[in-house]
Amino acid sequence: MKSPGVPGLTPEQLPGYRPALLRYARLQVRDAAVAEDLVQSTLLAALGGLAGFRGESSPATWLTGILRRQIIDHFRRSAREAPLPCGDEEDPEDAAALIDRLFARDGHWVTPPASWPDPADSHRQEAFLAVLEACLQGLAGRAGQVFALREILELEPEEICKDLGLSQSNYWVLMHRARLRLRQCVERGWLADGKD
Amino acid sequence: MDTCRDVSELVSRAMDTRLTLVERGRVRLHLLFCAACRRFERQVALLRWGARRLGRGQ
Repeated sequence: MKSPGVPGLTPEQLPGYRPALLRYARLQVRDAAVAEDLVQSTLLAALGGLAGFRGESSPATWLTGILRRQIIDHFRRSAREAPLPCGDEEDPEDAAALIDRLFARDGHWVTPPASWPDPADSHRQEAFLAVLEACLQGLAGRAGQVFALREILELEPEEICKDLGLSQSNYWVLMHRARLRLRQCVERGWLADGKD
Repeated sequence: MDTCRDVSELVSRAMDTRLTLVERGRVRLHLLFCAACRRFERQVALLRWGARRLGRGQ
């Protein structure tokens, strides 16, 4: 009924975007039920705001923009409700343990980073992105949140520290931890896969 | 001389802030001799590139 004047997007079409939105949410929110909720409220918000959609961007881009706000707000809320200065209850491994696992006593890599295939060609790029997506979904705890805010949602570090109540050094520790874990996960998945 | 543990941390930090002149020198010197940390530096940049691509839905 609101369709006149709304090019390209009707209420009936909204559910069709659910799978893509869920996939996007799952990149950043580890808890599947929370991701579902965020997508649900995105679709509701979109339904309410359909009149505001002018077709200047594609429906998918517009919906992702709404979901992006929902995810950021979710991280802000969870930071307020469970302020964890740096520690990470859901995180099975703290920063010191991770560093001890990856680096020998003398400070050398236990397993040095391997050489990755050059992702310049599109076939490899796809494989890389698929592995990265899976690894991002498995990135736990506050380190995963901080990484998502910074690298997927592209917020500035200052903004993230303010939103999550982190000090600058907490932020660096979390980002470093996320990168070390992700790197290892991608290397395992990608190189194991890329033998062909 | 810095260890890989120290340098990987600086490399990671350099993604988000400008290191001091001294820190940049330490990193450069270490990378000159350490292929593993040079790979780490490239990979960290690749992780950013990939995450942004996924975030932009491309």
